[in-house]
Amino acid sequence: MSTVLQIRDLQVSYYTDLGRATALNKVNLELKAGEKLGLVGESGSGKSTMALAMMRMIKPPGRIEDGSVVVGDVDLMQLSDEQMRLARLSRIAYIPQGAMNSLNPVMRIGAQMVDAIAAHETGMTKAEMVERSMQSLESVDLKRSVFTMYPHELSGGMKQRVCIAIGILLKPQVIIADEPTSALDVVTQRQVMETIDRVQKEIGTAVILIGHDMGLMAQFVDKVAVMYAGRLTEVSTVRDMFTNPMHPYAQALISSLPNLSNKGVFQGIAGLAPSLLRIPSGCAFHPRCPKAMDVCSAEIPAVKAYEGERLVACHLYTEGA
Amino acid sequence: MANLLEFRNVTKTYTRGYFSEAGTTALADFSMVLRDDDPTILTVAGESGSGKTTLAMLLLGFIDPTKGEILYKGKNIKNLRGEERMTFRREVQAVFQDPFAVFNPFYTVDHLLTVPIEKFKLAKSKAEARNKMDEALSSVGLRPEDILGRFPHQLSGGQRQRINVARALLLKPKVLVADEPVSKVDASLRANILESLRGLHRDHGVSIVYITHDLTTAYHVANSIVVLYKGGVMEAGGIDNVIQKPQHPYTQLLIDSIPWPDLDRRWGNDGIVVKESDISEKANTGCRFAPRCPYAKEACAVLPPLFQINPQQAASCVLHDTHPVLPPEDLTRVLPV
Repeated sequence: MSTVLQIRDLQVSYYTDLGRATALNKVNLELKAGEKLGLVGESGSGKSTMALAMMRMIKPPGRIEDGSVVVGDVDLMQLSDEQMRLARLSRIAYIPQGAMNSLNPVMRIGAQMVDAIAAHETGMTKAEMVERSMQSLESVDLKRSVFTMYPHELSGGMKQRVCIAIGILLKPQVIIADEPTSALDVVTQRQVMETIDRVQKEIGTAVILIGHDMGLMAQFVDKVAVMYAGRLTEVSTVRDMFTNPMHPYAQALISSLPNLSNKGVFQGIAGLAPSLLRIPSGCAFHPRCPKAMDVCSAEIPAVKAYEGERLVACHLYTEGA
Repeated sequence: MANLLEFRNVTKTYTRGYFSEAGTTALADFSMVLRDDDPTILTVAGESGSGKTTLAMLLLGFIDPTKGEILYKGKNIKNLRGEERMTFRREVQAVFQDPFAVFNPFYTVDHLLTVPIEKFKLAKSKAEARNKMDEALSSVGLRPEDILGRFPHQLSGGQRQRINVARALLLKPKVLVADEPVSKVDASLRANILESLRGLHRDHGVSIVYITHDLTTAYHVANSIVVLYKGGVMEAGGIDNVIQKPQHPYTQLLIDSIPWPDLDRRWGNDGIVVKESDISEKANTGCRFAPRCPYAKEACAVLPPLFQINPQQAASCVLHDTHPVLPPEDLTRVLPV
């Protein structure tokens, strides 16, 4: 399958009164068509910054300092603002955290969907836009009658599915979903995730699912990328990640998961996530790492490739495959 | 045994004006007891709209029940005045779901901690107050020097939520209502917050009412569980019984929908039969779950009572009608502490 998304050396910093916070530090990532990638990490590890950077929606004091984001054959970083506006939704769509609150309360759902299409020079007639919106609603299991409803008439799960319907209107090549279900209960969460899964298969889009719920990742994604303090520490297939995580941080993350067999055992990760203003030298995880060596505080480990399409940034493993 | 907090046949109905006949029953005929001498952790579980938050609001005295009464140390919380009311306010604390809504954006976060210290006169001097704040913040895994003096928008959701837990810790309450305290917090921090809640229970004898839709964390912290659906108790009992052998079809659906971090345990394809958009809003006199239930039959048109399946488990479902009926007032009987 072809590569639809290629992120190269992406770097984003926020300039605060207390100094420069590097939220994203030389991140490289590739995604193939139809692939589902989970992006996990603690709060403040740069997950949402990465999503916003891909959409070129970083606002001051934040700045994209370096790198490229290539979707299909277009480098989004080279586009003009107007071209970027057109690329959003048609090439790359973003379903933000709490997206359901982003619907305009005084506009009917249908009008908001038609607006989204009309803003993208598709050359469609009004009737075609309405029909496309209706189809999109149907593909997320909503009735056509939702088209004429207002957001307050829908439940949280239905609103979230409307947002997914908007996201897939123009069949983008990449969809970024930033914690799409964090405000929903488990039953609705399952419905929403199954909806994304089905729609994703129908239109062959690549999906990046951002979140911290490893359970959801296990159920949904093909590959997991673990972020820590603005850097990628490990990218592995979901099976490798759960059965044999390589990076000590990933190992700690996996062993901290609650399940039915270890009742009452809470294994949090010792220590605190570092502030982005004071990222430790060398490997950012070394102050919390049980396997830290001298070299860890001195040198930033390079991301190396290992067997089974794995990428790991850790000094423990010297041999690259 | 002294009853610390007691719900007696509490019903809460939200009406829609005088002319509309049917209101929405957010909690129906709910009874339970928290004992003074046996602090427990009770989970109240259910999806959105099941009445969980209404239960919390009633318990905190923010809203009054339509029927029934809520007693704190034997007194109706509606009638508490003066000193007693202050005691109730201090001893019954809450951690809410949304860490964004509880902060006033115009004050630094210190405000949230200094107000209760002043209000309840917890410290004699500024230095003592500062020590207490530092201690509470450190015990939830925050660096006081990173937190104090900052404004809410400068902190992440996880940090803000931990400040809320720290505030509750500060007051050393008897009952803590935790309404989805970890739903917006990272997995690794989740463990820390839950551990500090459990420490509060274990070391300080605080009873915790843990309101959640996340049965995985419930399973790890709680002793007993009440599963609500549209205001009615679907199933109640010891946490091990209910999670491992759910008897009510709704509990089974909930447990089946948990995204387990286990590759060999996938979401099933069965279970969700009716889409919620198809369910009529009309008042339903029978089993509340029947419109979505895969086992629904004619007998479900009548509201089933709770059937006690074993000493620590009861379910409100006709599938279990061979078992003895458990009156709603005796719900606490199946809840181990």
